[in-house]
Amino acid sequence: MSIQVRNLSHVYNKGLAAEQKALDNINFDIYDGEVVGIIGHTGSGKSTLLQHLNGLIKADCGNIIIDGKDITKQGISMRDIRRRVGLVFQYPEYQLFEETVAKDVAFGPKNLGLSEAEVESRVREALEMVRIDYDEYGQRSPFELSGGQKRRVAIAGVIAMKPQVLILDEPTAGLDPGAHKDILNLIKDVHERQNNIIILVSHNMEDVANLSDKVMVMDRGKLIMVGTPQEIFSRRDRLEAIALNVPPVTEMMYEVKERGIEIDTSPLNIKSAEDVIYNYLKRIEMNR
Amino acid sequence: MIRDITLGQYYSVDSPIHRRDPRIKILSVVMYIAALFIVENFIGFVMAAAALGLAVAVSKVPIGFIMRGLKPIIFILIFTFSINIFMINGRVLWKLGFLEVTDNGLYTAAFMSVRLILLIIGTSLLTFTTTPIKLTDGMERLLYPLSKIGVPTHEIAMMMSISLRFIPTLMEETDKIIKAQQARGADFESGNLIARAKSLVPILVPLFVSAFRIALDLAMAMEARCYSGGKNRTRMNGMKINSGDLIFMAANILFFAATITLRIWR
Repeated sequence: MSIQVRNLSHVYNKGLAAEQKALDNINFDIYDGEVVGIIGHTGSGKSTLLQHLNGLIKADCGNIIIDGKDITKQGISMRDIRRRVGLVFQYPEYQLFEETVAKDVAFGPKNLGLSEAEVESRVREALEMVRIDYDEYGQRSPFELSGGQKRRVAIAGVIAMKPQVLILDEPTAGLDPGAHKDILNLIKDVHERQNNIIILVSHNMEDVANLSDKVMVMDRGKLIMVGTPQEIFSRRDRLEAIALNVPPVTEMMYEVKERGIEIDTSPLNIKSAEDVIYNYLKRIEMNR
Repeated sequence: MIRDITLGQYYSVDSPIHRRDPRIKILSVVMYIAALFIVENFIGFVMAAAALGLAVAVSKVPIGFIMRGLKPIIFILIFTFSINIFMINGRVLWKLGFLEVTDNGLYTAAFMSVRLILLIIGTSLLTFTTTPIKLTDGMERLLYPLSKIGVPTHEIAMMMSISLRFIPTLMEETDKIIKAQQARGADFESGNLIARAKSLVPILVPLFVSAFRIALDLAMAMEARCYSGGKNRTRMNGMKINSGDLIFMAANILFFAATITLRIWR
């Protein structure tokens, strides 16, 4: 399973005054089992790119090859693409509509034409993965749940389709810290259990740094950087130029360095920052 | 896609039409609509189309944008056209089985379609060139006499402007929901009538939920700013009729008078 995108471009409002290049010659590869973080300013084309990946928007030009199949070609079954590529939109809880939580999660699998028993087992599995108790909540209305629970049910609705590529567009937007952490853990869990490709759009650099194997940076419709989190977040000035930043811990290390202390600025999380600071202090103590 | 529908949107540029007093514009549109139903011959329609063309040209709203507004009514247009062309008696021009095309039918069908198109463009030009706020203010002032007999004119005007304001928002919301459900494998295109009607449930339920959520948020935001209806409400920018407005109005009255004359004189 892999994704190759070649020379992908898309223009909104073609031929009108409001014409806008949403995607401009995008090229990238995603390999099996990778977690990819996409960052970029609002309006940089992230959402447009995601919607291309499961055929919701047709490419103006370029190719998207998923598992060896070019989905921009004529005559490709959309149902097949959507079974392989699951997309969780921003604020997915607003798409809930069924009478019960279980029925809502079953909507996707049912559309795939699975058997009754298979649907049932997938619903149970998906709800368990997002840590919603089937027996307690399964028969409740989704509209009675809390915001974080609704979000998890909505994500379960896509997970239940067992996509080989799971795309999440800002899955933690507008959640409280507890629910935020729940969602991140859930993404890790799903990745470990289904070993699928995960593509995650987020404005939270810390999350992107901690979850991703690969980070892609978008700016005004162009893909301007691709690399490991280490590589990407080592270019703080470049990121700042397009109104992005590095994770808070990394920012702290940079600022300490700016004040004249020779310290490694690569840590992306608290644990590694702690190690760097500890080693630095230890060295000073030994030299004393 | 659904967001292409431009009907009822505001097109933000500066033009003599945009600057006109909303009351004048509303009255003009009412007069124009009346005129469209008064004219009944070729010269009249040419005159009406020319007048509207002039207004569109002056308004700086691109033709393409206006034409996109016609898209949703294409079906109605085709429907009225075919009904008229086949159903009216007169001298038979062509015959195809039991379908007869007559000269009167052809005329009526053509006139009806042109009338509909001009009607839509004329009224949408009002919303293209007038912000919802101005439109409501104008409407409220025009309806003011009715408030003397207990009609809640301010509330009616407010309701109207809120609906206008939220058309694009709800369109966007619908677009998003459709895509989200498509991503979950929903299929809106195949199946029989019942299956298709059923397939709308996953769109309509979230849409209604969204509409209520937006309405609640809006009500809250209005109350937070102490909105309590029309009583004792004053305007920051009062409406004033200037010479441009008078000229525009005079031109409109002239046009209206001309259409009436044309009808009587014939």
